[in-house]
Amino acid sequence: MKKPSWLKMAGIHAGLSVMCMVTLYPVLWVVKMALSPVDGMSLTANPFPDAVTLDHFREVLWSVDAQGRWVFGRQLMASLIVGGATTVVGLSLAVTAAYALSRFRFPGKEGGMQALLITQMFPATLMLVPIYSILQKLGLLDSLTGLVLVYATTALPFCIWMLKGYFDTLPRELEEAAVMDGASPFQVFIHVVLPLARPALAVTALFSFMTAWNEFVLAATLINDPTRFTLPVALQRYVGEYKVEWGKFAACALVVSAPVMALFFALQKHLVGGLTAGGVKG
Amino acid sequence: MKRWAALLVLVLAVAWSAHAADAPAPLKLWHAYRGGEETALIQATARFTETTGVKVDLLGLPYDAYAHKLTNAIPHGAGPDVFIFNHERLRNFHAQNLVAATAKDFVRADYFANTVEALEVDGRVYGYPLSLKSLALYVNTDLVPRPPASTQELLAMLPALSNAAEGRFGLVYESGDFYFHAPFLFGFDGPLFDDTGRARFDTPGMARSLAFVKRLQDERWMPQEVSGALVKTLFNDGRAAMLISGPWFAGEIAPTVRYRVVALPTVSETGTPMKPFLGVEAAFVSARSEQAARAHALARFLSTGEASRVRTTVGRQIPADVAAYETQEVKEDTLISSFREAARNATPMPNTLEMARVWEPMKLALRAVLQGGVKPEDAGALADRRYRALHRERPADANPVPWLGLVGAMALGGTAYVLRRPAGAQSLRQRYPDLTRAATYVAPAAAGVLVLVFIPFVVGLSLSLFHHDAGQYSFVGLANFVDILASRGYSIREPLSFYFTLAVTLLWAVVNVVLHVCIGLGLALLLRDPLLKLRGMYRVLLIIPWAVPNYITALMWKSMFHRQFGAINGLLTLLGLEPVSWFTRFSTAFAANVATNTWLGFPFMMVVALGALQSIPQELYEAAEVDGASRWTQFRRITLPLLKPAMLPAVVLGSVWTFNMFNIIYLVSGGEPGGGTDILVSEAFRWAFQRNEQYGFAAAYSVLIFLVLLGWSAFTKRLLRTEETA
Repeated sequence: MKKPSWLKMAGIHAGLSVMCMVTLYPVLWVVKMALSPVDGMSLTANPFPDAVTLDHFREVLWSVDAQGRWVFGRQLMASLIVGGATTVVGLSLAVTAAYALSRFRFPGKEGGMQALLITQMFPATLMLVPIYSILQKLGLLDSLTGLVLVYATTALPFCIWMLKGYFDTLPRELEEAAVMDGASPFQVFIHVVLPLARPALAVTALFSFMTAWNEFVLAATLINDPTRFTLPVALQRYVGEYKVEWGKFAACALVVSAPVMALFFALQKHLVGGLTAGGVKG
Repeated sequence: MKRWAALLVLVLAVAWSAHAADAPAPLKLWHAYRGGEETALIQATARFTETTGVKVDLLGLPYDAYAHKLTNAIPHGAGPDVFIFNHERLRNFHAQNLVAATAKDFVRADYFANTVEALEVDGRVYGYPLSLKSLALYVNTDLVPRPPASTQELLAMLPALSNAAEGRFGLVYESGDFYFHAPFLFGFDGPLFDDTGRARFDTPGMARSLAFVKRLQDERWMPQEVSGALVKTLFNDGRAAMLISGPWFAGEIAPTVRYRVVALPTVSETGTPMKPFLGVEAAFVSARSEQAARAHALARFLSTGEASRVRTTVGRQIPADVAAYETQEVKEDTLISSFREAARNATPMPNTLEMARVWEPMKLALRAVLQGGVKPEDAGALADRRYRALHRERPADANPVPWLGLVGAMALGGTAYVLRRPAGAQSLRQRYPDLTRAATYVAPAAAGVLVLVFIPFVVGLSLSLFHHDAGQYSFVGLANFVDILASRGYSIREPLSFYFTLAVTLLWAVVNVVLHVCIGLGLALLLRDPLLKLRGMYRVLLIIPWAVPNYITALMWKSMFHRQFGAINGLLTLLGLEPVSWFTRFSTAFAANVATNTWLGFPFMMVVALGALQSIPQELYEAAEVDGASRWTQFRRITLPLLKPAMLPAVVLGSVWTFNMFNIIYLVSGGEPGGGTDILVSEAFRWAFQRNEQYGFAAAYSVLIFLVLLGWSAFTKRLLRTEETA
């Protein structure tokens, strides 16, 4: 491959820089709101703060409720537990199911796959009322377990489709060779298939985590105890119907977005391969 | 010896458990207070625990989720014993059997008469009045030494107090909100309800009140598109001489501003004082409370005596009990007494279901007039039409028997379809050798999906055959669908019509997906070259929008499109252009939604395109180069065809996501103007949660959304299949 001319390179850099600025502008704006000492805004295009204070972060991070409990810490904990558990539960359910769908023949397979996709087309808000009743019957209302189960299952259809697409691209010969060497089917699954599927697993895990970390309608409805709210529900407090506390909202928004961004950066190499390999055959 | 010890332990255990059963379980109290009001409530309940020994568990909920949570939790026995709420929703609560009538020891004379009347349904009182909320006039005493007593005086003062070029205004209030407009309406003698109790908008009073506020805005004595945040900023900067707000605003005023609170002026043309709505905040006892007697005691305790004093002095609330005004503290508190004075003219907001139906049509009329385009005398008719469209009469009941038969047949057919197998004499085990292993692998996921996805899905589907009204479901067959598809009650060119919304939704999906794919593909092409310097950094920066939760994105962009403070208008003025009111016209509101969603959606397409590009063998290009193919030919003949199989599933997925992208529409444009930019999902949401909980109608909308997407997926499946065979 020949080296492109410097003029073309300059053009590419210019194009990408402009797009990066467009991408970053709203984010800088949030950073500005979070760092500015006043909530009042003014008509300006400058995304950099005039004065800097960490007060909004301090108030958000160290907020205590009226009983003097450190709510933010508990809510962060709740978010981490819910996000982590959803990832683990969702991934283990999706991996096994997707593997079976990719490798075994059984009745109802095609129909089940179709049905899985079809449910995704029904607006989620309307399923809220029945989900509430079901969790109540199971005694899982107002508990993080219930929330994890709902998140893990709602993320499942997408995860299963992603992983099945990826498993389909993996050559079966490797598994057969392992069986020849005397490995049990389960050992094959754990030691041969899963390591090969790492990029797709990473993407699926990210997707499950994001579902749980970002969701707020279900969390706000199903959880009653404010110390068990996840962070997005806590964030909702700052943009109420009657008043908006932009500073605190922005600070909290940055805190909420940070872990997902970190995960994206950590996994971005896998992202490209994991999404497309599954997509091609999906 | 051992046996005795065991017996002793047993006896102690029994005694202890008996004792434990004696200690009452704590009462659960729900509220949506914050700040001083919350502190006051905590102190008041602490007093209750001191005097009675009954513990109280407080739960402060975000206001937006509060009502919905109550109506969900109480019927399931998961709700509070006592909850604090405004009285307007009482009729809803009552219809759903959520509230208990007050106990025998409730004394009407303890409270102001109009507060008790506000809590009456069919001659019985539900709830203990805590405090009054109504609007009054805040006056900056440095700018206005003597507050206006009539609108004539007000109009005479405004020109001197206003200078729009300097951003100074004589009067500010949230003019686009009906709650704030109501005092004008009643001041101009406009009734809101006719003799039969139905809402009426097409009245002379309505037209005159709208013309009045339109004039205030046109003369630039009052700013445009006023939000709560703007009111606060202007008043605290001394750039607003007067404002209309409620007692809650006192806590927002900067200590440097000197002000006083007076009753709203009298309308000179009619001689009637401007009458704001009176809202009564009350402590309600849940109908499902298992400790009813204690719950009533708590509610009563909070509404009177010591607790009332604490709520007044600490929480700065305007108490509803008469005795509170006898205490020295309250007498000396001018804010409290002036609000009490101002509330004399207030009309209790009716607690009827009818009241809940008024907000949306009124908001539409108000904004249509203030944003121009609709004359004040025509706005009433506009509101009337919208009101009739939203107020659906209960359809006739249908006979469920044929439906049950149909459902049974479909269930059988569905099972047969799922389990279908070609004819053959083989046993199940022979045909599927992996059956047991497959079952163990699939079972956990299948169980979860069945319980938490399929059952809610089926319930959602069947809900569309019912009519829901205040907790009562009635089977109406296809009536909901007939109403939607026949566009009953509105022309198909109106935003409320299914066809209009469908057209907007399709436009929305197409525009977005095209932009996502084009921008994503363009960036992927730029990023393709592995020798590109800083490639990793660019990629990381360009992925950021994907990593930000989409409701944060939505709120972020909403604030950027703000008329007065938005960064977008900031950029426009920087370029020497006029600022734009983004949400007053369909085209600009739609553009704002699209801009937000494009920012949010292109990284996904970029990543997919990048992956697909990397899988194209470089040799193809080299061979093409040898054959003398131009860049453009290479792109058309090699890149595009090879991208297609990877991009197509992503496009299908993206189109489904966009089609149902609720957060962006709901949070950015909020359907403005007049519901025009609503898409099908947000419309379904409004029917379910904002228009008297018409779940059945909303479910019918959802089923139609579902059918549209099903058709789309069937179409794309064929597309994908031809792709594979090609």
